[in-house]
Amino acid sequence: MLSPNTDPSSTAAAAPSSERVPPFEIHDMTVAYHNKPVLWDVDLTVPENQLIAILGPNGAGKSTLIKAVLGLIPRASGRVDIFGKPYETNRSLVGYVPQRESVDWDFPISALEVVLMGRYGHLGLFRRPGKHDREISLDALDKVGMADYAERQISQLSGGQQQRVFLARALVQDARLYFMDEPFAGVDAATERAILTLLRELKEQQKTVIVVHHSLQTVREYFDHLILLNMRVVAHGPMAETFNDDNLQKTYGGRLAILDRAAEAVRQAKE
Amino acid sequence: MQRFGLLWLIPVALALEITAVEAFGLEPIQQGIVVLADLFGLHYNSFLIWLGTSLLGLTSGVVGAFAVLKKRSLVGDAVAHAALPGLAIAFMLIGERNFIGMLTGAAISGILGSLAISWLIRHTRIKSDAAIGIVLSVLFGLGIALSRIIQDDPTGQQAGLDAFLLGKTAGMISQDLLTIALVAANVLVMVALLYKEFKLIGFDPDFAAVLGWPVLVLDGLLMALLVFTTVIGLPAVGVVLIAAMLIIPGVSARFWTDKLHVLVPLAGFFGLLTGFVGTYASAQFADLPAGAVIVLSGSAVFMISMLVAPRRGLIARSLLELTTRLRIARQNLLRTLFEAAEENENIDIPITPSVLLKLRSWSPRQLQVLSWWGRLLGEVESHPTGWRLTEAGRRHAAQIVRAHRLWEVYLVEQASIASDHVHRDADEIEHVLTPEILKDLEQKLQAAGRWPATAPSSVHPLTEGEHA
Repeated sequence: MLSPNTDPSSTAAAAPSSERVPPFEIHDMTVAYHNKPVLWDVDLTVPENQLIAILGPNGAGKSTLIKAVLGLIPRASGRVDIFGKPYETNRSLVGYVPQRESVDWDFPISALEVVLMGRYGHLGLFRRPGKHDREISLDALDKVGMADYAERQISQLSGGQQQRVFLARALVQDARLYFMDEPFAGVDAATERAILTLLRELKEQQKTVIVVHHSLQTVREYFDHLILLNMRVVAHGPMAETFNDDNLQKTYGGRLAILDRAAEAVRQAKE
Repeated sequence: MQRFGLLWLIPVALALEITAVEAFGLEPIQQGIVVLADLFGLHYNSFLIWLGTSLLGLTSGVVGAFAVLKKRSLVGDAVAHAALPGLAIAFMLIGERNFIGMLTGAAISGILGSLAISWLIRHTRIKSDAAIGIVLSVLFGLGIALSRIIQDDPTGQQAGLDAFLLGKTAGMISQDLLTIALVAANVLVMVALLYKEFKLIGFDPDFAAVLGWPVLVLDGLLMALLVFTTVIGLPAVGVVLIAAMLIIPGVSARFWTDKLHVLVPLAGFFGLLTGFVGTYASAQFADLPAGAVIVLSGSAVFMISMLVAPRRGLIARSLLELTTRLRIARQNLLRTLFEAAEENENIDIPITPSVLLKLRSWSPRQLQVLSWWGRLLGEVESHPTGWRLTEAGRRHAAQIVRAHRLWEVYLVEQASIASDHVHRDADEIEHVLTPEILKDLEQKLQAAGRWPATAPSSVHPLTEGEHA
């Protein structure tokens, strides 16, 4: 049996023992903006090869969780492991789809150029993407139904099409663990379906996908595993066990009550 | 990440270049200029100035393009103003007008100024525009105060700090040209080598960070290029106006292209053109500050780009707007005639102007023009009592009405997930919605009795569907 410290790149070829290393673990992570904590004591271990939703009300820290894991905002405390190693070591196994609004879509590049950026992690400094990278990127665009738009300037795409371009970019990263920040937000029905198909394909390819989601209506149908978040992990586990009134009530309703109880607990611990 | 260790080659290369320049001195450069000036049949001095300003324009155009895209247009302005106290302090320390020494001082205070801006944005509630405004004016004020102290000192007269304010190309010497050429070469090589890197950190720095790129280092490098370009431009264009040299070429080029790999060289070319033409113009108007003349030349490039550029230029845009309005007006006319006919339950009855005017907010005159246009297109025929649709008009109108109603239903049914499509033209419905959704919507329309293909009773078939 392999120890947890085994180099994951050597086990990447789907060796059975590699599945014993969880794709993603957070230990005791706290994230704060200035002096205000937005995520408290997050402890998470997610199973491999699942479609995992992070669900919670606005301001619950869903995006913050992903960004803190990816090192885009500093963590006040805690550790993140990707396939059993620090994120910094194993970042090449991670793919990322940021929120669509996070970039300037008027930037003068084509859809294909955006997708090619997903290959940059495989290229060295100064090296330009080659023919092989182009082929991979065109394939990915085809997969999200955007092959005809490869040369289109990105500001001429609709919101849903822009989202698909971002997904294609993550695909060519060729990662094993994906983080997607609200890919379903504000997209048309066709795009929603295209994204869902893609998620299921990724699952078939033994990937793990963690998605920030906002819709209580669709989450049960789309995902296998659920993380309910509201400044802390309220509940997480397989969808069937986790998606219930009690947990949702704890996540969405009585938000103030939760904070009050937490503050009370902190006070008691200090005394 | 390891492969970015190569970035250490940059300071090494710079050190080698400086050593080489010191070893060979100015001789080879001066001889080169003499040879080239002879070749073009120009006077040594004017050729030198021309070369200097053109190179400066090229460099600032290329670097400025990235700054504009990163929404950092004004940072160049702030850096330039912040450079003034550095120039003055360097002169005080060195005690004579030493181009490289003074530019080093300018670069240092420029960098400090830009760091102060980032610090203010990051650690206080001050927003970027206010932060730039504060740093720019405070350091500029300090610079003015220091240069007044220098000017009052008898040895300070020769500092020529006034030239740094508004620019003076005439005073350029081979030493200055060498500095400009050196910085220009480094900047251009760096942009060429790191094009892919600058492109990604311009578009999506977070994604670059996730890939493990040293975003702060690359960003700092881009910033350094901006600072050095600004600083070498100070003697020619001046503190107050150098920002225009950075901004105008990039903004002008943006009108002409949607492609970064075209935009960057084009901005360089526009910058070069600005420097070249500006120098010529400033020779004609020797009394005016060179900076002003060069910037005014650049504004000509901008004006022309803004007006005549295809697609993005103002003329092309207003033409597009006009054709769109005409198309919508035509669609409205056809749709109104068609729907009025639906009301009559007979497509052959002509529609009177008063009915049309009631249905639409047209003036009688607009209606006259529209119907004239409809007849011209063969879609409307006039009748003593009004107008009615021709065969072709009916087919087109049915199409428009169909798309319009599908769209209506779609927006009502699914507006919450389609919010990003509301602005779409009804014509494009088939491109946006999937066939399944269209079918579903069609059924809904038919169920409500609003499907335009069958609605008005007519002896004439309205759509191809009914032909069959």
